[in-house]
Order: sequence, then C-alpha cells, then structure tokens
Amino acid sequence: MNDHHEIVSSSAGVAGLYNAPTSVRMAHIAAGLKKRRAASKRLRIYGIAAICTAIGFLCILLTTIISNGYTALQQTEIAVTIDVPADEIVDANGVIDVDKSRNYNWDGLVKRSFRKAFPEVTGMLEQRSLGELLSANAGYDLRLQIEAAGTVPTGAVTYWVKSSDDVDMLMKGRMDRSIDEKKRRIKDNQLVWFDKIVAEGSVRLAFNSTFFTAADSREPESAGVLGAIVGSAMALVITVMLALPLAVMAAVYLEYFAPPGRLTDFIEVNVNNLAAVPSIVFGLLGLAVFLGFFGMPRSAPLVGGMVLALMTLPTIIIATRASIRAVPTSIRDAALGLGASPMQTALDHVLPLAAPGILTGTIIGIAQALGETAPLIMIGMVAFIVDVPTSFTDPATALPVQIFIWSDSAERAFYERASLAIMALLLFLISMNMTAVLLRRKFEKKW
Amino acid sequence: MRFSILTAGVIAGMLAAGGAQARDQISIVGSSTVYPFATIVAEKFGQSSGFKTPVIESTGTGGGMKLFCKGVGVEHPDITNASRAMKSSEAKLCADAGVEFQEFIVGNDGVAVSNSLNGQKFNISIAHVAAALAAELPNQGFGGESAKANGLNTWAEVDAYVAKAMGTAAIGLPAQPVSIMVPPPTSGTRDAMGSLFMKAGWKKLGLEGSGYKKLREDGAAIEVGENDALIIEKLVADKDMFGVFGYSFFDQNRDKVQASLLDGVELNFENIASYKYPGARPLFFYVKKQHMGVIPGMKEFINEFISDKAMGMDGYLFPAGLVPLAADDFAKQVAAKNSL
Repeated sequence: MNDHHEIVSSSAGVAGLYNAPTSVRMAHIAAGLKKRRAASKRLRIYGIAAICTAIGFLCILLTTIISNGYTALQQTEIAVTIDVPADEIVDANGVIDVDKSRNYNWDGLVKRSFRKAFPEVTGMLEQRSLGELLSANAGYDLRLQIEAAGTVPTGAVTYWVKSSDDVDMLMKGRMDRSIDEKKRRIKDNQLVWFDKIVAEGSVRLAFNSTFFTAADSREPESAGVLGAIVGSAMALVITVMLALPLAVMAAVYLEYFAPPGRLTDFIEVNVNNLAAVPSIVFGLLGLAVFLGFFGMPRSAPLVGGMVLALMTLPTIIIATRASIRAVPTSIRDAALGLGASPMQTALDHVLPLAAPGILTGTIIGIAQALGETAPLIMIGMVAFIVDVPTSFTDPATALPVQIFIWSDSAERAFYERASLAIMALLLFLISMNMTAVLLRRKFEKKW
Repeated sequence: MRFSILTAGVIAGMLAAGGAQARDQISIVGSSTVYPFATIVAEKFGQSSGFKTPVIESTGTGGGMKLFCKGVGVEHPDITNASRAMKSSEAKLCADAGVEFQEFIVGNDGVAVSNSLNGQKFNISIAHVAAALAAELPNQGFGGESAKANGLNTWAEVDAYVAKAMGTAAIGLPAQPVSIMVPPPTSGTRDAMGSLFMKAGWKKLGLEGSGYKKLREDGAAIEVGENDALIIEKLVADKDMFGVFGYSFFDQNRDKVQASLLDGVELNFENIASYKYPGARPLFFYVKKQHMGVIPGMKEFINEFISDKAMGMDGYLFPAGLVPLAADDFAKQVAAKNSL
C-alpha cells in the first residue's frame, strides 16, 4: 500500500526522470527497491513476533496447568492392617451382603485399626487428630476394595487406604512445614506421626485411578472426572443429533430454494446475529422453554444438549452455506442438465462434495459447545453430582463446569485436580479435532 | 425427506422423554455458604443409604428461595439452603404457589472480615465497617450536616470519623485505602452483613434512618460473585484489600488470610457458638413438606443431616467449619424433624 503511494507521488515529483539517463533512472529504482524490500522484511518480522508471542503465552499456560496438575495423577495412600470381621458383612452363604456391608461402620473399623499402630496416642482429641491423617472416605474406600474382591479374608490383612487431602499435599511437597503451626493445616503432632509412618514405609504415592472412574466428591481424594466426561459426551451427542441435520437443511434451503426477497434477507441477517449472541441468553431460553414450558428435568444432559444445539446452530448454518457455495457451479449445472431434480442435485451431488466443509464447521461449533458453562448454569447443570449419569435424563455436569466447581472449592487439593481436569478437557478437544481432520481427509475431493 | 422425518422424530422423542419424568434423587438449591456442608452430608448419605446421592446447586440464598418457592412438583427443588432466615416476601411467594415448608437450623457460622496475612491485623468495631461501606454518610465535616456521598477514602479517615461520631479516641488505623470485597446481593452472606454489620454499626454511630442499606459505588466496596476462592486469591495478591465471607472458608485458608477482631472479639469457634462475635449467625435449610414421601429418601436425608453424627461436636461437619448448635436448639431441630 505504502509502496504504491510512494511510487505515485515520486513519479509525479520526478516526472523528468523519463528523460534522464539510464544510470540515474536505475539508481532511483534501486533506492526504491531497497525500501520496499526492507518494508516486506519488517512485515515478516512482525508476523514472526506475533506468532512467537502467541506461542509463548500458550507455553506459559500449558506449563502452569501441567506443573499444577500432573501431581494429581498420584494419590497418597497409607497402609493399615485391618482384621475385617467377616460375620458382620457376609450372609449365611459366605457371600458379601450389600445391605449389611452398607450399614457397617467401616470408618470406625479403619480408624480403630490405624490407631493400633500408635499405642502411645491415648487422649481423645489426639486420637481424633491421628484419624484425620486418613481420608474422611477411608472407610468407604476400604468397603469398595472388599466388595470388589468379593470375599472377606480371615485374619489381619494390610490394605492401602487413601490419606486425607492435607497429607496428600504434604507428601507432594505442596505444604510448607516450616510456617507457624497455627497457620498450618497439619499440626506438629500430626507431622510427627506422618514422619513415623513414612519411615516405616507405610505411605506411598499410587496411581490415582479414582480420578478416572469416579464423579464429583466432597473429598478431593475421592473425586473424579468420569461423571463430567460422560455428561459432556451425552450433551454433545444430543447437540450433534439436533444441530447438524437442522443446520444442513436450513443452509440447503437458504442456498437453493429460498426466493430472493426481504424475508430471506431478514432470516439471513438473523442467523448471522444469532451466531454472536452471548451464550447465557441461550441458557435463559432453555430455562424458559425446555424447563418452564415442556417441564423437562433440571440438570439433565438432554436439556444441556438441546440448549447447546441452539447455540451451535448458526455456526454450522454459516459454515454449511459457505461450503455449499464453494462447490463449483459446473457440478450443479451438469446434474440439472442431465435431468436431476433440484433435490437430487442438492442431496446426491452438492452435499457430498460440501461434506468436508460442513464437518469442519460442525467441529468448530461442537468444540465451542464443549467449553461452555454459562448456559448450563441456568438449567442446573452446574451442581454437585456424585453419581455417574447412566441416561440422558440423569443429572449430570460437564467438564468445564467440573473445573469451575473444583477451582472454587476451599480445599487446596481440588486445585491440582482442576488442573488435571483441564488437561482431560484439552485431550478431549484434541481427539475430537483429530477425528475431524481424519474424516475430512477421507471425504475430500480434488478437481 | 427421510432425513427431516428422522429429525422431527428425534425432537419429538426428546420432548416426550424429558417431559414430566419422575425424579428419584433429591434436588437441593441455595446458599453457597451452606453448600459445602450440604454436599458432605449428601455424599455420606449416598454412600450409606442406598438412595441416589442428592444433586446440589449453589445458587445463593436469594436464588434458591426463588426456585424453591416456584411451586410443588418434581420439576421444582425439594430443599433450599439459606444463610439467613426466609424473608416475609419470600414466604409470601411460597404461600402463593401453595408451597408448605419446614425450617431447620443446621448450625452456626460467622461472617469474617479478612485480609492477607501480609497485611496489618485489624481490631475494629462494626461501626468502622458500617462507616467504611455505607454509600452516604452524614456529618462528614463533623458539623451535623445531612448525608452526602461517603468520602472516607482511607482507614485513618474512617477511624477519625467513628471516633468523632462515638465520642471515643481514635484507635490508630493506618492510612491505607478502604477496599472491601463484598458478596453479591443474591447472597445470604450479604444480607447477614447488612443486618449484623451495617445496621448494627449504623446504630452504634448514633445514626437513624435506613442509610446503611446502600453500599458505596465509588470502588471502595467491590462486589464479587459467589466465588470465594477468587476472593482469597485477590486478598493474597493485594494486602490492602479486605474480603467478607463465611467462617468455613476462613478456616480452610488460615495459612493465607487473617480475620479482623470485631468489637474486640476474635473470630473463632467458641465466640461463634456463644454469639459473642458480632458476625455470628445461624444457617438454615428449608424442606418442601409436599415432597416428603414423594421423592425417595427425603426423610432419610433429613435424618442424616439433623443428627449428632453430622452436626454435633464430634460430627463430620465440624472439621469442615460448621459450628454446632447449643443443646436446646439442637433438640428443637430434632423435634421439628420428627414432626414431619
């Protein structure tokens, strides 16, 4: 742009150059050329600088998330020797009775057994602080282990049960032991006991499989992302099932059949506007229509998927229209010329060729939907949900919601879990994008 | 064509499947202060009762009341948590929708005024809090003039104003800017702050009328969402800032923040239980009577919550920061539970 102006203005100023000797003219051109080359070099440097800045920020973001979160892949466990009283749990046939097991005081059993290793701890308060080294869900943890094994062993057996989140933080070096005791969540006497069991080898860091097999929990050591992943997946299935066919049909109609006129223009403008509406508005709409009018259940991924479908609809319509327009008119003309009906032309010839573009648009829309929390607040998917959903109408959260809830929790250990959940979300996104790229490659046609 | 019929079928199917479904787990909404306690009870209940774990949303006390009082039926929540008692306007809302409810007190909490451990620990009166936060204050020139926009920009100025108004000596607050993060209007903690600090502090200042109701909008009072973790982060980053939130959150973050003494009383468990601390307040939940016996597990869940093993001195809610009720108050809750 600048170069162009320069030439115009300089040619006006030095009109006499045309009559000048060749050497003068060449010198003038060389000087201009140098400037232009410098300008394009500068532009390249700006571009590289911009990309480097973006990559730099991305690296900082990823390093922070990974360094905060990778430790959540492990969970501190403490070895406790426990003699499980079989007669309290099994029925007459020696099989574990679920009702009996559920009502049995597992917490008491674990804590009693743990205290046996510390005969010197006698006071009630001290015994309680000792018990706080174990997870508040240690009893439940043991119960799950025994129910999974199916049988109750006779005699004392050593079990690894989860430690409390504070001990977990201490073990991972995320708690400063040097600060004043009053300000520390683990007290001095607890530190002594902790050091003792560490010296005995009764503490270990084990792979945190709970994180991938459980849903939310109040105790960080029992919390997992499975519930949120299933919730997200269910909502997205609904979103794709609704948004994709509706959007493709709308786009085909607008491109092929809609009579040009004010009404069509009006619809077109509105579709473009809808793509820019803040997502919370769709949440409000969902609350009023799906929950209020149709009486659908709160917190259900079905409703979440429907709200997200409304949100992604305009994105997919716009992408579909663009890729339909990119199909060469010769294809269309040839089909029509050979006697195909407009419908046959659209469905059999244009849409298959536009499929890669439609797919890309859909994936962009779905990726957006995967990251949304705002519309889900209104329909109750931002909630504490412990059971992994098994149907589309079961209460469920979504992955970004789970990250939000954990990062808002008081317990420090939730913070690292939130970071690990962010990594899970990124993986989910990457795998989705990869599928899109592969599918696009498969369908892509060249001419 | 097949395509569109299929889509229409899918949509119709979804609406039919979703509409008017029976619900087999309890739905709870309400206060973000009660939320941590309710979730602990819900999880224990889910593990030990054989019923599904209740679903709990943190909507703020006001938001919860609105949802709770909307009506009777499976699409409406069964229980709402509250960090203040139900207002008469909300009771009317419930009555209009035909909702009958039972109130329960689950324990006590204290509203903390905290700052970073790197800042100075304050020992102030609630009059200071009121003078620092009210949108308009009278007598700022100390001459008996009428109320105008609050111009007390530093704690030293607040100190001087309160000393003059109450006829006491200044307590030597530093010349650090007034900057306090307060909960949003939908929060019960905000309402509790309004009555316990603002209204009572206003009285202490010898002022009349309802000028305490409006908070400053000049940046000294910063409204933050229901995200308490964010408040802690901000306090750590800026040692001049103060934040207002519940005791349990303070308790979990003792290594980062300190609570100011109010009227000379330290924020701790004993002073909340005895109500010596001026910010002490009860926490509630409200149960929809018509849903008892309709939604499975309602009675059992209330039994789990209103019990010594949850709410008591040795209960599992105590380590999470819930201050237990006095024995006679607890007995009243048990009686109310048994009458349901």
